[in-house]
Amino acid sequence: MIDYLTLFGTGPDGWGDDLAVGAAVTIAVALGGFFLGAIFGSLVAWAKIAGNAPLRLLGVGYTTILRGIPDLLVIYLFYFGGSAVLAAIAGLFGHQGFIGLPSFAVGAVAIGVVSAAYQAEVFRASFNALSKGEIEAAHAAGMHKTLMFRRIIVPQMLRHAIPGLGNVWLLVVKESALVSVTGLAELMRTTQLAAGSTRLPFDFYLAGALIYLAITFISTMLFAHSEKRSRRGFSEAIR
Amino acid sequence: MNLHFIWETFLALLTGVPVTLKLATVSVVAGMILALFLAVLRLSRFRLARWAVAAYVFAFRGSPMLVQIFLIYYGLGQFRSTLQALHLWYWFRDPYFCVLLALSLNTAAYGCEIIRGGLQSVSAQQVEAGRACGMSGLLLFRRITLPIAVRNVVPIYGNEIILMVKATSLASTVTIMEITGIAAKLIAETYRAFEVFAAAGAIYLLINFVLMRLIAFVERALSPHLRRSTRPVETIGALAATH
Repeated sequence: MIDYLTLFGTGPDGWGDDLAVGAAVTIAVALGGFFLGAIFGSLVAWAKIAGNAPLRLLGVGYTTILRGIPDLLVIYLFYFGGSAVLAAIAGLFGHQGFIGLPSFAVGAVAIGVVSAAYQAEVFRASFNALSKGEIEAAHAAGMHKTLMFRRIIVPQMLRHAIPGLGNVWLLVVKESALVSVTGLAELMRTTQLAAGSTRLPFDFYLAGALIYLAITFISTMLFAHSEKRSRRGFSEAIR
Repeated sequence: MNLHFIWETFLALLTGVPVTLKLATVSVVAGMILALFLAVLRLSRFRLARWAVAAYVFAFRGSPMLVQIFLIYYGLGQFRSTLQALHLWYWFRDPYFCVLLALSLNTAAYGCEIIRGGLQSVSAQQVEAGRACGMSGLLLFRRITLPIAVRNVVPIYGNEIILMVKATSLASTVTIMEITGIAAKLIAETYRAFEVFAAAGAIYLLINFVLMRLIAFVERALSPHLRRSTRPVETIGALAATH
């Protein structure tokens, strides 16, 4: 019988601590990608809402292309493409050969670029959900554009956006497993290493899956809580 | 950027298209059948079945598909001797079968929730009207509930199908040479990530564009009641003739 306490413990033969570190890296790279995606995504949403014709077209193109291409391909593009660019620059200074990029940064940027396409749609939908009356009221109160954006539009939009952002966050956590192809020692990659070196692939992939489930479950709880909190003071329609 | 190289790459990647399409078609169809079955169980009177389906959906939607593929392909290798004794090893040592299984099980979990929503969206009046006509049980489900649910569900299920086309790219992680697998190999050989990405991306966008048009067509074909009929009298006449 396999000694699971040793196997998943923190001792020299245990993988428990490695898996915990892997899970932390997964959360870190997902958070990094999610926040980068929020920044890119709001820019894309802005281009689609308020931009002129070419900007709008750019925004539509961005969301269409990145939602239509596999995430894995985008990660390959950033990992190998980034290295190629770096190698070309290094070539100017006489360096030859392949240069590996920091896989954490590459992973976060790739996740950010993909999730931006989804977040842009969330932001756009929540902007459209703003009630006209509130914006008119802000105008009537004499607010200028930036003040209105900060005081009225952003807080209201965030309230509408929470459920959508929750979905994108879950996508991002699951997508972060693909970053393992670049060799970043996040949860998936650590699980692979453990599965290989212990020759117990089933136990370790199952453990990995359970840790991912725990992360997504806790995330769902947190988002449900913040959604409820954001609805304080807004009465639901009586059914 | 080298246009000639992109064209050569494009042609090389086209050989992966049948594999991608086969993976997507088989898993979508198998997943859809399983999803319908699960959705019916999810809405059934049997508490145990409802819980089991809810747990299934939670597990497959809450973990990355890559883990699911590895769990089936590499993980089950741990039980090789048992599988060999059961004559199942022939299947589980085949990456193609394992990926199809993982993709189907995964899409069935998402599909179950989509179909459940569709079944629940069928209005009580329509079901009652069916009952008033004397239908019940399977006949009511086959004639009234399911067709209306299918109509409501087409656009949402369409999204899931497109996600599945994208998900087939994960097959490349277990050595299957579909579009992304070939692309990764070409990138590793040539270090020309941008050109290969452009060619592979174009193929995926083309596939998804055609799929979107097809889904829109099906949606339109299934909802004649929402179209403004140009010749209402003839439509009524045609209906009368067929019934």
